[in-house]
Amino acid sequence: MFGFILRRLAVAIPTLLLLIIFSFLLMHAAPGGPFTQERGLPPQVLANLEAKYGLDDPLWKQIVDYVWGILRHFDFGPSFVYPDRTVNEIIAAGFPVTLTYGLLSFILAVVVGVCLGAAAAIRQNTWLDYLAVGISIGAQVLPNFVMAPILVLIFTLSLGWLPGGGWSFDNPDYWIMPVIALGTSYMASIARITRSSMLEVLSSNHIRTARAKGLPESRVIRKHALKPALLPVISYLGPAFVSMITGSVVIDMYFSTGGIGKSFVDSALNRDYAVMMGVTILVGALTILFSLIVDILYAWIDPKIRY
Amino acid sequence: MRKFLISTAIATTFALPSLAATVAEGDELAETQEYNFWLLDAIKTTDPQKNTDVEGSQVLRQLFEGLMNEDEKGAMVPGVATDYTVSEDGLTYTFNLRPEAKWSNGEPVTAGDFVYGWQRAVDPANASQYAWFMELMNIVNASEIVAGDMAPDQLGVTAVDDNTLEVKLTKPTPYFVKMTSHTTTFPVLKSVVDEFGDDWTQPGNLVGNGAFVLTDHNLGVTITMEKNPEYWDADNVILTKMTGITVNDQNVALTRYQAGELDRMDIPAGQYPRLKEEFPDEAVSMPYSCSYAYLVNMSDKGREELQDPNIRRALALGLNRDIIVEQVLQGGQRPSYNWTHWATEGFEMPEIEMAGMTQEDRTAEAKRLLEEAGYTPDNPLNLTLNYNTSEDHKKIAVVAQQMWKPLGVNLTLNNMEWKVHTDRMQNQDFELARYAWCADYNEASTYLDYFRSTGSNYGEFNNAEYDALLDEAVTSDNPNEQYTAAEQILAAELPLIPIYHYANVDMIKPYVKGLALENVMDNWYGKDMYITAH
Repeated sequence: MFGFILRRLAVAIPTLLLLIIFSFLLMHAAPGGPFTQERGLPPQVLANLEAKYGLDDPLWKQIVDYVWGILRHFDFGPSFVYPDRTVNEIIAAGFPVTLTYGLLSFILAVVVGVCLGAAAAIRQNTWLDYLAVGISIGAQVLPNFVMAPILVLIFTLSLGWLPGGGWSFDNPDYWIMPVIALGTSYMASIARITRSSMLEVLSSNHIRTARAKGLPESRVIRKHALKPALLPVISYLGPAFVSMITGSVVIDMYFSTGGIGKSFVDSALNRDYAVMMGVTILVGALTILFSLIVDILYAWIDPKIRY
Repeated sequence: MRKFLISTAIATTFALPSLAATVAEGDELAETQEYNFWLLDAIKTTDPQKNTDVEGSQVLRQLFEGLMNEDEKGAMVPGVATDYTVSEDGLTYTFNLRPEAKWSNGEPVTAGDFVYGWQRAVDPANASQYAWFMELMNIVNASEIVAGDMAPDQLGVTAVDDNTLEVKLTKPTPYFVKMTSHTTTFPVLKSVVDEFGDDWTQPGNLVGNGAFVLTDHNLGVTITMEKNPEYWDADNVILTKMTGITVNDQNVALTRYQAGELDRMDIPAGQYPRLKEEFPDEAVSMPYSCSYAYLVNMSDKGREELQDPNIRRALALGLNRDIIVEQVLQGGQRPSYNWTHWATEGFEMPEIEMAGMTQEDRTAEAKRLLEEAGYTPDNPLNLTLNYNTSEDHKKIAVVAQQMWKPLGVNLTLNNMEWKVHTDRMQNQDFELARYAWCADYNEASTYLDYFRSTGSNYGEFNNAEYDALLDEAVTSDNPNEQYTAAEQILAAELPLIPIYHYANVDMIKPYVKGLALENVMDNWYGKDMYITAH
């Protein structure tokens, strides 16, 4: 296993490097630049801006300087659109917000989703199953851009309990709606996967054997059914976790959280190359990291899996 | 002699005191004097010389004060300058600064602070995107400094003493004073920039000379400003706190307005009539100095058919603008047949022939012109319209497509993201393109200069007579004559198809007082505002 982790980490470095080069070239290939605006800038002003941000250098030099800046000082450079902020500052301001509501959404999705799916499978074809399936279908067909306004209409406009948007680390009132809006569709998917996987496991031979041996049902479920039933859930959780903690544009836009998800889209639309690269690298690194964690978890849950 | 009299008269006018908030008779002040305003997006910077956004300007007007401010109708009133004089040749402006003006750290605001701010704007090392604004002001050596051919200290602006600022221009610029309320011209305290570098704009570091100080900036969430006790007129400032709240979606902003979290927000398109009926005291429509049009590519890269003025005229005639503003936009916008916004200060609307016709006559004439050129619904003229992603642009484009079709014009709609749209316009890679222009200052030349052969003018319209008229306007006693003539050239040549003049349609809580509702530039000042008991 240790060798496997080392091998994966060794592959991760060139993967990230390729991601950087590919993203860099792709960005520059898109029409328009960071300073393209409604009112065209006089050539001299544009030249001054490009000189200041090194955009007048050949592309290869820009890439080398960029990577060197990251390696030397972990410096992702200045933002072209927010002139008094660096990319590090923008990520440092937005990522903790996204991480907070993403992590809470993840916990909500996993805890409720697994419980709901497992309960539905254990009590198949009872009212509990129908209720759980009903809830997960309901949550699935309500994407977050539908869920968010419904929550605001109920909790802000009608009841006046929660603020309609914004963010504060000190006041959990601001977290509740983003967490629910982001977490519910993931929760529904997890419940569905858990239910079908659990049903499959529950009808397998080793469960029949366990029951025949007279083990209490609770032990059969906990020890013999739940663990293997979670394998497909875990493979779903890896990418789901990354996409939750790296932000949702819909959540950031609807609740004006200031999270990193909106920065990702904005930086692409604004051609804010540095911010876009910074967020791309962050998401890429997290994706690689969590794919690795999922693989490790797989091996831990199912010792038959060898790498 | 005549010019001398004019200068003296202007100086006297500006010698009047500028008071901050004046509470109207019968208004009872609320205990909490806080104002929450809407921002569509994050404030990108609080550096006056690096800001490029309208919203950023709204914040900067609270944190800094320039030579001149604007009143609720957009007229110039004293800011840091109490008055000014103009030399007889119109090339030297001398501003007298109020000695009581202070920075938020208690230091006096001096003419040297303006000199420093203006030099920052043109300094290539600072790479200000609005460096062109100083060139537009025609300040001596501005262009040379921007080009890197001269040092920033060669800019034609001098601190004669701490309270006297002298500006030298390359040519008479009648709208020069109007430009001094623009954020690019705000002063900056050098010692603070030297101490903190790029971080000087962060809360706690930023030292301003406005009525409010920056206390918090949560990027993309909120920006908070509190009353500046050092402001020279602080005794008359009533608001104690202002918060700009970012909401990235207009419909969400409306919800938050209704929940009481916002005191002012822009009404989403099409909702004004309903809201006006439901909340007559809160829904308001005010003229806003921007014009919407379809640009025609007149360059060599453009379509040959569009070089024919009759075709352009047919396209302009064939659009029923009343339907667009009354049925599509529904927010108090006005149909336009010319370029300069109708509410621009001092601008008299020209009599454009097309504007005086009925739509029936316009449509008939459009049909006739197209038939004459050989185009009918059976043999249509195929054109493409580029527009950037927006529901409103799309709706207008679809309406235009429907209006032109029976006349013999097949319009293909080409939607693209903003940067691509702009890039294509700037490279003359379009046939027709949606465009809008918003005024930099409240005077007609801000619109008309666009179509100079040396202007931004992405359609590459080129007319020597037009250029000459605008050159003449600069020294004219009544530039409106030249402006009217220039508009007539645009109406005849039609390098653009004007569609409508903008309006600001807002929801404003009735307890918010002192907002500049008749300022077409939407320049408002928290120092003039107050909240009544509610």
